[in-house]
Amino acid sequence: MNNKKSMQRPLTEHIQQGRPPLDLKGYERTGGYAALRKALQGMSPAEVQQLVRDSNLKGRGGAGFNTGTKWSFVPMDSGTPGPKYLIANADEMEPGTFKDRLLMEGNPHQLIEGMILSAYAIQASVSYIFLRWAYRQAAQLLRKSMAEAYAAGFLGRNILGSGYHLDMHLHTGVGRYMCGEETALLNALEGKRATPRAKPPFPQVSGLFGKPTIVNNVETLCCIPHIVNKGAAWFKGLSYSEDSGGTKIYGASGKVKKPGAWELPMGVTLRELIEEHAGGMKDGLTLRGVLPGGASTDFLTKEHLDIKMDFSSVAAAGSRLGTGTMVVMDDATCPVGFVHNLQHFFAQESCGWCTPCREGLPWVEKILLSIERGEGREEDMELLRMHTRLLGPGNTFCALAPGAMEPLQSALKYFREDFENHIKGKKCPYT
Amino acid sequence: MNLYKQDTMLSEAEIQAIDHEISLLPHKKAGVIEALKIIQQHRGWVSDESVEAIAAYLEISPAEVDSVATFYNLIFRKPVGRHVILLCDSISCYVMGYDKLYAALQQRVGIRFGETSPDGRFTLLPNACLGCCDHAPAMMIDEDLFRDVKVEMLDQLLSGYK
Repeated sequence: MNNKKSMQRPLTEHIQQGRPPLDLKGYERTGGYAALRKALQGMSPAEVQQLVRDSNLKGRGGAGFNTGTKWSFVPMDSGTPGPKYLIANADEMEPGTFKDRLLMEGNPHQLIEGMILSAYAIQASVSYIFLRWAYRQAAQLLRKSMAEAYAAGFLGRNILGSGYHLDMHLHTGVGRYMCGEETALLNALEGKRATPRAKPPFPQVSGLFGKPTIVNNVETLCCIPHIVNKGAAWFKGLSYSEDSGGTKIYGASGKVKKPGAWELPMGVTLRELIEEHAGGMKDGLTLRGVLPGGASTDFLTKEHLDIKMDFSSVAAAGSRLGTGTMVVMDDATCPVGFVHNLQHFFAQESCGWCTPCREGLPWVEKILLSIERGEGREEDMELLRMHTRLLGPGNTFCALAPGAMEPLQSALKYFREDFENHIKGKKCPYT
Repeated sequence: MNLYKQDTMLSEAEIQAIDHEISLLPHKKAGVIEALKIIQQHRGWVSDESVEAIAAYLEISPAEVDSVATFYNLIFRKPVGRHVILLCDSISCYVMGYDKLYAALQQRVGIRFGETSPDGRFTLLPNACLGCCDHAPAMMIDEDLFRDVKVEMLDQLLSGYK
């Protein structure tokens, strides 16, 4: 919708599909690195932290925690033995999610500037971009942009004469969804298996190599230069929603007419996203369900189309905003097969660290496969429901298994008759 | 020469690359993943001999190296073909019919997931979401990404990889 009043798209304004991203000079011409000058030459780290807290920016990786508040847990007294670390979580592997790729391929300097500002705010001296292997083009572009930033004096010793030093490294992963989990990511960066760590201590106090560490999502970090440039009130005003400031990169995939990603005010409705931006369902198909924020979020259905896509409204509807990039399920797609695909993914990606996840997810996957093949038994329904409890929050080390249970528990609620028809009819009615 | 054996010694170039990575880290041991990536880049995959060579160089046990090597799906502990096909099998590609691509690939290359063609040209692997769900189905061949892939495109796509 281009006719909405004064629609601003700070994160994607300078991204054009099919055109290489802006180099350093081009980025500076659009106002790039002005925020860095402003902060390093006129703001204390505490002031940057307070500004970001006031902007009500909430983590875009899915957790939705206030970014400035997260930063405030980092010890700031000069007696803390260094170094401190700032990490960009660019391990985008939540199935159905493709927003961070867009930001990194489209405007890599925006991420780098956001990282330098965030590192400054917590006085980190080393920063990493943890990038998944598959994003080869992003790796190339980020390497080139980092070199440009070093050459221009935005990275390295004594940045802009401020006395602040920051190094930045690109780490490309070698697979595994678990690396996106904050503490597992830290283990991976330390050269270990990507298993989660017990909390507390929280990474803000004891993170990478035991030092204070902040891990922020790519989209979160990309918001920072704009907040520093234009202020907390402006950022809050971008949003339609009370519960988080800013715009959001929403996306849709599946059998909609125009799959894609769009930067829109936080809090647009699910209906606007699907019917206007995604162009509605492909001809002959109707909407059956939506995973609003990636594979580990509960289904929403037609009855939820008018909810606002912000953290609290989606939670009130029984799901999570997650990454804000939705997967749409049409009425010609079998819900049992759909959920089986999800559980196959989660079972495969479980790190094996704790028992409910390691043993439970393969069991769930097997049950779903047998139902899909027409070999399911009536008692399987209760077995599946039992797993949604036993693998739920509080029983596992990290959020992988509880996340896996979200689409399953909601599928059992909304598409129950589909499961039962498979079992009674001894075949998949969709084939 | 046995296909499943690799040099027990690290090469000059491998050592140089590993040393560079270690220099960025607080201790040697943290360089395991980087070392595995470097060895795979030079040798195509990581054999038992290579695991032992890395372990000796980083002064940790081969079991520690292998625990890391076997955890990450893009470290290959078996020989792979000259080209590795990663076919996305996650949810958006499932909805958009990646199974048709898989069937067509099996037919054309003659291998299933986890297998390498007898001529050593291709290894075919499933991969979790490649992050281009708005252009599903998607696949990678080596470092190249292909989006909106249709069965009719496969012959031409594959012909670029000898």
